[in-house]
Amino acid sequence: MFLYNLTLQPPTTINVAVVGHFSGTKQQEIVVSRVTRLEFLRADPNSGKLQTLLTHDVFGIIRSLTPFRLTGGSKDYIIVGSDSGRIVILEYNPTKNKFDKIHQETFGKSGCRRIVPGQYLAVDPKGRSVMIGAIEKQKLVYILNRDSAANLTISSPLEAHKSHTLVHHCIGLDVGFDNPVFACLEVDYSEADLDHTGEAFNNTEKMLTYYELDLGLNHVVRKWSDPVDARANMLFAVPGGNDGPSGVLVCSENFITYKHQNASELRVPIPRRRNPLEDPSRGLIIVAGVMHKMKGVFFFLLQSEEGDIYKVTLDYEDDKVKAIKIKYFDTVPIAASLCILRAGFLFVAAEFGNHRLYSFTSLGDDNDEPEWSSENFMDTDLNQVSAYFTPRELQNLERADELESLNPLIDAKVLNLTDDDTPQLYTLCGRGSGSTFRILRHGLEVSEMAVSELPGNPNAVWTTKLKSDDEFDAYIIVSFVNATLVLSIGETVEEVTDTGFLATTPTLDVHQLGDDALLQIYPQGLRHIRADRRVNEWKTPGNRAIVKATTNKRQVVIALTGGELVYFELDNQGQLNEYQERKEMTANVQCLSIGEVPEGRQRSRFLAVGCDDNAVRILSLDPDNTLEVLSTQGLSAPPQSLSIIEMMDIGTDASHGTLYLNIGLQNGVLLRTVLDTITGALTDTRQRFLGARPVKLFQVKIQGSPAVLALSSRPWLSYTFQSRLHLTPLSYDMLEYGSNFTSPQVPEGIVAISANTLRIFAVEKLGTVFNQATIQLKYTPRHFILHPISRNFVVIESEHNTFSPAEKEKTLEAKTKNGFQFDPKLLELPPETFGLPKAEHGKWASCIRVINPFQGETMSLVELEDNEAAFSIATVNFHGHSNELFLVVGTAKDANLAPRTCSAGYLHVYQFVDEGNSLKLVHKTQCDDIPLALLGFQGRLIAGVGKALRIYDMGKRKLLRKCESKAIPNCIVNLHTQGNRIIVCDMQESVHYASYRPHDNRIIIFADDTTPRWITTTTMIDYDTLAGGDKFGNFFIDRLPAETSEEVDEDPTGNKIMYEKGYLMGAPHKVSMIVHYHVGDIITSLHRTTLVAGGREILTYTGIMGSIGVFVPFLTREDIEFFQTLEMHMRNEAAPLAGRDHLQYRSFYAPVKSMVDGDLCEQYNLLPMDKKRMIAEELDRTPAEIQKKIEDMRVMAAF
Amino acid sequence: MDRFNLNSQLEHLQSKYVGTGHADTNKFEWLVNQHRDSYASYIGHHALISYFSVAQNECIARVKFEFIEKMLQPCGMPVPRDE
Repeated sequence: MFLYNLTLQPPTTINVAVVGHFSGTKQQEIVVSRVTRLEFLRADPNSGKLQTLLTHDVFGIIRSLTPFRLTGGSKDYIIVGSDSGRIVILEYNPTKNKFDKIHQETFGKSGCRRIVPGQYLAVDPKGRSVMIGAIEKQKLVYILNRDSAANLTISSPLEAHKSHTLVHHCIGLDVGFDNPVFACLEVDYSEADLDHTGEAFNNTEKMLTYYELDLGLNHVVRKWSDPVDARANMLFAVPGGNDGPSGVLVCSENFITYKHQNASELRVPIPRRRNPLEDPSRGLIIVAGVMHKMKGVFFFLLQSEEGDIYKVTLDYEDDKVKAIKIKYFDTVPIAASLCILRAGFLFVAAEFGNHRLYSFTSLGDDNDEPEWSSENFMDTDLNQVSAYFTPRELQNLERADELESLNPLIDAKVLNLTDDDTPQLYTLCGRGSGSTFRILRHGLEVSEMAVSELPGNPNAVWTTKLKSDDEFDAYIIVSFVNATLVLSIGETVEEVTDTGFLATTPTLDVHQLGDDALLQIYPQGLRHIRADRRVNEWKTPGNRAIVKATTNKRQVVIALTGGELVYFELDNQGQLNEYQERKEMTANVQCLSIGEVPEGRQRSRFLAVGCDDNAVRILSLDPDNTLEVLSTQGLSAPPQSLSIIEMMDIGTDASHGTLYLNIGLQNGVLLRTVLDTITGALTDTRQRFLGARPVKLFQVKIQGSPAVLALSSRPWLSYTFQSRLHLTPLSYDMLEYGSNFTSPQVPEGIVAISANTLRIFAVEKLGTVFNQATIQLKYTPRHFILHPISRNFVVIESEHNTFSPAEKEKTLEAKTKNGFQFDPKLLELPPETFGLPKAEHGKWASCIRVINPFQGETMSLVELEDNEAAFSIATVNFHGHSNELFLVVGTAKDANLAPRTCSAGYLHVYQFVDEGNSLKLVHKTQCDDIPLALLGFQGRLIAGVGKALRIYDMGKRKLLRKCESKAIPNCIVNLHTQGNRIIVCDMQESVHYASYRPHDNRIIIFADDTTPRWITTTTMIDYDTLAGGDKFGNFFIDRLPAETSEEVDEDPTGNKIMYEKGYLMGAPHKVSMIVHYHVGDIITSLHRTTLVAGGREILTYTGIMGSIGVFVPFLTREDIEFFQTLEMHMRNEAAPLAGRDHLQYRSFYAPVKSMVDGDLCEQYNLLPMDKKRMIAEELDRTPAEIQKKIEDMRVMAAF
Repeated sequence: MDRFNLNSQLEHLQSKYVGTGHADTNKFEWLVNQHRDSYASYIGHHALISYFSVAQNECIARVKFEFIEKMLQPCGMPVPRDE
């Protein structure tokens, strides 16, 4: 087996976000790290929408990012700390829309190691140096400068190592133009390691240490070191120089301290939420924050682990800080990074769930929120102080936009429940009260702006401007069977009659002509409406009617009945002139198209004519050989629609693209052919099946560049995004006809007709593959299962450290009994934004939920009581109850995470009642450990209860234990079965193949794996083969050798395998690993499916960071060789951006085996032309052939 | 590599790469190094730290903080060396 890996959706998590002027203009941009990808975002200051401009796979793990600007510069660079053992400096190139690597300096081994820097990055605010640090010991300082040509230069590294020292955080101190200083939060463990009495450990102090880079002497010294609170976790730099007093804020559990050399220490408590259920002994830490400077004042926004943002300000005079003040600001999702944009936005890169952009409505200066100042806590022990605030809805922020994120994606299923062309992905996402059940459909999300009913069913719709330099459209023209309706676009859309358009006839085409004229084509002629309302009419000869027409700004071509083509061109006086000769086609004309007039030219040179003899011809419109046939393409079916369009898919040159001829066929296939701009030859045809109906094509504009709307049984859009051509369905109703639409309210939209309605909609979120429907959940989801009869899903949710409703009531009752009074409103905060109050360790809240995915509703919900938490779920058909499907849920009481224990495990058996909409408990069976895996097996249930594998049968009061095997080493997490074979996956020890012997009722393990794997999920590909993922982000396929498989199955007595001797301290046989690959994300679910109609079977996976991808098996040996060679060349020519070696990354834990990285191969499209050609020559092909092959690999199997 | 140079080379390795073993490394020291290496790796791999965070129902920053705290003494009190 040889596989090809493709990402369908890259990880949606963000681990770092930074803001800066990366294009060198006034506008601020955001660069986010999605762990394995770098993404460039822009927030539109007017609409408040986030737009992704670029995303680039770096084939490595980005651990830290920081913007960096040289003194006096106006452009920010991006410094990347990753797992590559290198420091990389990137520059954003706005003209080519890509990241350029400026510097790459190697300093250590690759991988996320303890002493190899990359975890922390700190820059000097004045842009002179950068520190890159590891968790332990190593810190390197690089001096950055510019040379005479104003290029960025980097020095050799200066060491600031301190061995036996752990680093919690590291920042660049603002000291103005004094020598750069870096502040680190450190712990020295050398003494604690040696002293076995534990005294040294207790006396270990956390130190705030200043490292000064002496620019004169070119070395780094430890300047100052001072003990801070032992639970300090984070530092923030206070502005210095002319802007402020300099120094650091040390955030520790429950309070924030201001510290600086030669300055007195000031402390203020972190206010806590007023909540009757709160546990005062639980510490509160700051998890993210941002400092913002404006016009001589500055403030900090710091976020606690509950999601509350505090505003922290400093009172100072002449560089001496008098007090720090803190007050509650607002509550937003818990962030990995916070970014403030000068345009008045706060970007919250959420650690889990959707990322959000907020706009500031105020800075929280003048509200009645209580404020705490360090002046009041000069000599008090802050651990005794109680500072409480009341959380509330947003007051200072307003939500502007949201980036959808599936992170953490816990479980998924690929099913086609709605009988669409492609299956849907049903996913469990999120943690805690922000959890969601999401249904992903392949397609672009459409935002509908308006729907209006029309009198009767229209045939076609157009929009037109009045003058060629108008920004917005003036009219919408709707054609009916026997009439034409003109609507004017303004504040409202109204019918107008004095436009010069003929209203008593249907219309074939409308276009704005020349500078300021309009053209209406109707079956009996052309109507040329000049700006001064003079109308020139051209009538068809005799009784012939116009059947098809096409126009651009200067040219008109019409086809008359019988297949005669008439060509008109606009002259310099704005007069439409007919070309003397007409062209007779041999067959009936089905469709016509001319492209737009190219910039600076008089005319478009090509006309495409589709006839019902299954051919498309390209005709010349040049004056020398007008209407001569240049080339012909035969088709498999009659053409329905044509479109000549220039698509901007050449990344290297923004102003030029490739000229394409799109052909929509009546059998629902769309063909895309490259049209040679000189000879008119047609080459490089790609085809795609769009739907069951004939394909109609319309030109629209998406993000300012041309795109094609293709309408079949569902609408599709072919557009360019990041220099790549995408063809994606729109998640919208079936449409009949469409046209571009621009107005002041809708800058870029599409107007379309569907039955008797006129729709105006816009397409946003380009580049996304899936659109989502969301159902809110209550606790962290664990697993789910489909009830096949009712098509409902049953989801189990369980959450640690949380009060279950019963427990909550009990605690409150106890508190009220003790005379504790509280405002009941405090308990009514919506948990989706504020989270659930945290209980002490070992407390669980859990529920079983039945969801109807079609209505998006929860049908019923069972809360588990008595500190039970659900961990596994299965539907089982017990024999003796063969016409009923039971639900079995595995739970544990008082579960403890580490070590993994519980006071009792239970197997709940439920009956589906009320047409599968609710559950009825049948009985509950106790077991001795946590049941983590359940599966129906030959009319019985097999359960992995801790390390025991058991078979249960249905009893009247209980499940009855029938058989047990204790040969699994640690803990069973996953089970599969086929026939008598059971595949058991262990938490640490990979897979075990077992065979069930019915006559002596035994389970015998006959094969296992030689590699210890920490399995997360697995799926059976066939009887002998298993694919799976582990906790380190690897994907693997294990296969049982065919001889072993046969031997085991053909052993009639079963005695042979039973008495066989173990091999290598395990089972007698070993499985062999046939594929291995580092995905870079922890795989949480794997499925063997087909994703496109008529496509081949592939493996689809989801990862915890929200990534979705596929593994496509190769069909031929030639393909394998081709892609392997291409991959090898790509490794050499397009070295990953963050400095990681691609082959090393894909072989992170074990060498990559039988897999080609399709994501790397797809980067071929991004290479400059000369490199493309060079690789193509090596492969004996043309670049177009290679690009086609790469595209085919994706299109044939997935989207 | 000659016999006299070997020691100094080993010493160089031991000072450069924390956790490099020597003839007198005891089980406890080895284990402490294993744990510190593991925690550093958990913190570096974002997917893994998310996994922990979801399981524990604590935020990522809290999990990271507790892990670095644990790196100070991951396996309890050191055992006395018998000289």
